[in-house]
Amino acid sequence: MHTLALNFEFLFSNFSQLTITGLALGSVYAMVALGYTMVYGVLQLINFAHSEVFMYGTFATLWTVYFLGGTATTSGFALVRMFAVAMVVAMTVSALVALLLERVAYRPLIRRNSPQLMSLISAIGASFVLAETMGLRDNITKWVGLNDDLSRYVTGARDTRGLPMDIESHRLFPIGNYQVTNIDLIVILCALLMMMVLDQFVRRSRLGRGIRAVAQDPESAALMGVNSTRVVQLTFLLGGLMAGAAATLYMLRIGATRFDAGFILGVKAFTAAVMGGIGNLRGALVGGLVLGVAENWGSALVGTQWKDVVAFVLLVVILLFRPTGILGESLGKARV
Amino acid sequence: MTTDQPTGEVMLEVDHVTLRFGGVTALDDVSFAIHEGEILGLIGPNGAGKTTCFNVMTGVYRPTMGDVRFRGQGLSRMKRFEITRIGIARTFQNIRLFKTMTALDNVMVGGDTHSSVGLLNALFRTPRQRHEEAETRRRALELLDFVGIGRRGDELAANLSYGDQRRLEIARALATNPKLLCLDEPAAGFNPAEKERLMELIRKVRDQGYTVLLIEHDMRLVMGVTDRIVVLEFGRKIAEGSPTEVRDNPAVIAAYLGVDEEDAS
Amino acid sequence: MKRPTLPEITLPAPLRSKPVKIVGLAILVLFLYALPILDLPIITTPDSDFGGVLYTMATYVLIALGLNIVIGYAGLLDLGYVGFYAIGAYTTAVLGVQHGHWPFLATIPVAVAVTMLSGVILGAPTLRVRGDYLAIVTLGFGEIIRLAAKNSDWLGGARGIQNVPKPPSVHLFDVPHLRWENGTVLIDVSNKTQAFVFGFIDYVPYYWLALTVIFIVLIADVLIKSSRVGRAWEATREDEDAAEVMGVPTFRYKLLAFAMGAFVGGLAGSISAAGANFIYPDSYQIQVSVIFVAAVVIGGQGNRWGVMLGAALVVYLPERFRGLEEYRILMFGVALMLLATFRPQGLLPPRNARRARKLERDLEELEVGDEVQEVTS
Repeated sequence: MHTLALNFEFLFSNFSQLTITGLALGSVYAMVALGYTMVYGVLQLINFAHSEVFMYGTFATLWTVYFLGGTATTSGFALVRMFAVAMVVAMTVSALVALLLERVAYRPLIRRNSPQLMSLISAIGASFVLAETMGLRDNITKWVGLNDDLSRYVTGARDTRGLPMDIESHRLFPIGNYQVTNIDLIVILCALLMMMVLDQFVRRSRLGRGIRAVAQDPESAALMGVNSTRVVQLTFLLGGLMAGAAATLYMLRIGATRFDAGFILGVKAFTAAVMGGIGNLRGALVGGLVLGVAENWGSALVGTQWKDVVAFVLLVVILLFRPTGILGESLGKARV
Repeated sequence: MTTDQPTGEVMLEVDHVTLRFGGVTALDDVSFAIHEGEILGLIGPNGAGKTTCFNVMTGVYRPTMGDVRFRGQGLSRMKRFEITRIGIARTFQNIRLFKTMTALDNVMVGGDTHSSVGLLNALFRTPRQRHEEAETRRRALELLDFVGIGRRGDELAANLSYGDQRRLEIARALATNPKLLCLDEPAAGFNPAEKERLMELIRKVRDQGYTVLLIEHDMRLVMGVTDRIVVLEFGRKIAEGSPTEVRDNPAVIAAYLGVDEEDAS
Repeated sequence: MKRPTLPEITLPAPLRSKPVKIVGLAILVLFLYALPILDLPIITTPDSDFGGVLYTMATYVLIALGLNIVIGYAGLLDLGYVGFYAIGAYTTAVLGVQHGHWPFLATIPVAVAVTMLSGVILGAPTLRVRGDYLAIVTLGFGEIIRLAAKNSDWLGGARGIQNVPKPPSVHLFDVPHLRWENGTVLIDVSNKTQAFVFGFIDYVPYYWLALTVIFIVLIADVLIKSSRVGRAWEATREDEDAAEVMGVPTFRYKLLAFAMGAFVGGLAGSISAAGANFIYPDSYQIQVSVIFVAAVVIGGQGNRWGVMLGAALVVYLPERFRGLEEYRILMFGVALMLLATFRPQGLLPPRNARRARKLERDLEELEVGDEVQEVTS
């Protein structure tokens, strides 16, 4: 067995880069984690199919770019505008997928008071259905007869599909020995901004209060006139919006996606949510950022092939010492 | 049956117990003792801290200050299942039976408390395991009969009537072979006839040699079945004594001001 | 809320007697062993080797039995069960070919022990945290095992380990398969299984091995579940806090469930490695764990027959209807959703009806001769 040498030298000499890019990565995790944590806070369900909500957002981004005529030469303001539109589209698409999910995969079970495990099974089934539908899109369009018109969108249904352009990153300013790029900044700031808006919404608005009420005590909330179905829908909607935005930021950084790209990211995002304290919105933020940075540091220390392992080891360690997660559970239920 | 002075040995001692959490003082320097063989009632208006006190006494909460001792042994360091093993059993106010298990199985789980048989014995069906299993089963059937649901053993706990579920809880608690049986509002939701039968059952339990602690709202039940009563208000003990003493105690009357002695059910 | 009860099927009295039951059981067992030989027309998979399919089904049934202990009996959501499966397979491979030349049968006890140990190591810290977190931690465990195998040259790296040892072969006799043509049954001497030769092409002997192991595990399962261990698990699953109050040391029993689950998982892994010519890390991905969980829950978690059925179906149906290869996962997803919505208790939920009759007999015994205080209810 080859020895596990900890490459501290690499870590320290590239500290700034690893940390900043880790924060960018973590921002994406955090935004997706919000979807998991909110649904869990309100329904005590693991929204297994949220990863596909994200994945559809990435494809929405990609296809919007295609549709708007993006090519390898698109740049500057046109590019910015293109991605801004793409983000709006992606957020809409993800939100719609999330609402569909709630209606079809969760609501019938909640209505029937099904055991929690069954909701998980339904979610797993929905996850497979959503991912496979994307992976079989060429077959599906063939049946419907639209194949030629949409060929650009549906070819290579099982392959990785990339943006038609390389997103050039412009170096902006140095932190340490790393030149922070515009992409890094956009991702981090965008994510932080959106999460702050969401946080304020949940804490200040009437609808947000409804979410917190249902999360704490569904029965009392109902007695207070809160429509719990609407609240659940709203929860899914918000999670979907966040995931869609995260999807566009993800495409900005990574530039490519696949029908099964949601899965691993979803698992990591859920890990981040648990790490930060499930049900806790700020916890999702903290958890996501911590995970992103830790992954980078970890892969510097022990090699990139162990990157995913870092996430889980970190989770176990945190749960051992702080069973309710970094910021503790919230939104909700104080379960004895 | 009421006695003015308790005669048995001290079984459970609540010693200057204070419990604070989240800025609230739920219990404030509460002290009293339960003696062997008596039926002690714990009463007080809503919010007095009865359930909190009950939970401290059965080891669910740890007191901020003070101690609870069972037959001389402090409870604070023990794990919950150990507390049951040394002889304190309890029922739950909101009935926490194992719903998908049969009534018989529910009681047998209690009976398994003192079983020393493990996985390997079960796997190879050793004589010791078979003997213990038969014993546990026999005792469980006995207890089901004792509380009055002898014929219901094969039914799922979830399918029992409310009254039978309460009885089952008592049978299950008794199966753990306790010295002290703690009943948390066992008559909640009962009509007067059922309450009467419950009182009989509680007396029967004491006559079998158990000591009983009882939280209840229904004054008639408490007055009728207990030997002594402890009264709490706002986390403090305001009275202790026989039912007659407590009933005539002005502090107690004041605490319940506006509330009839007969609790409206 | 009343649970839906299945209709009671009572056989006429003579058929309920013990000797008849035993004979019936024996016939069923023989039928199961004979399945690949019988080659029945509708049941047999047309496009893939039926013996191989049965072998895979048997392995999955074994896994389902093990996972049923964790999820069904003890109520612990384990999304990383594939980890135990992998550890069992890899231990056999490592001892048998990668770093040793152990005979297959000798690797089994070690594989099982190592897997159990990993189950305890995993469980000891994580079973103390809230049950809902267990899912994600176990999922991580499964991934860690896979990645450790993939990144470690000692374990064969991404390519895996080839030439995993096989059980010892002893050629005693040949069993010709049946062949069905136009409604007549022929004995096809050219298509025969050599009993008991563990080779590379004919999976039937592997199936027989797996089936035998299933029966052993099944017996152990029945014995353990009907004892105080089974009761403790059920109580813990139903209401952990109440169970503690009733004297059940819940943490110990949860750990025991984990260890037992690991035992069976490792055993299944070992057996599956025997029939596979090589094992590689990416065959132990999270999705496989998810399928295991689905099989258990579909079947009716907590009911050993149900989970066995669920596991068998999960393997069998895609193979039987191979033409729709591309749509398999899609259909699986749809099936899961439909099942979750319309039959949440699973295909075969646990029943308690049989015990009613036994209880009546016990009560009569108790009443004869004893004075019983009847408190009328």
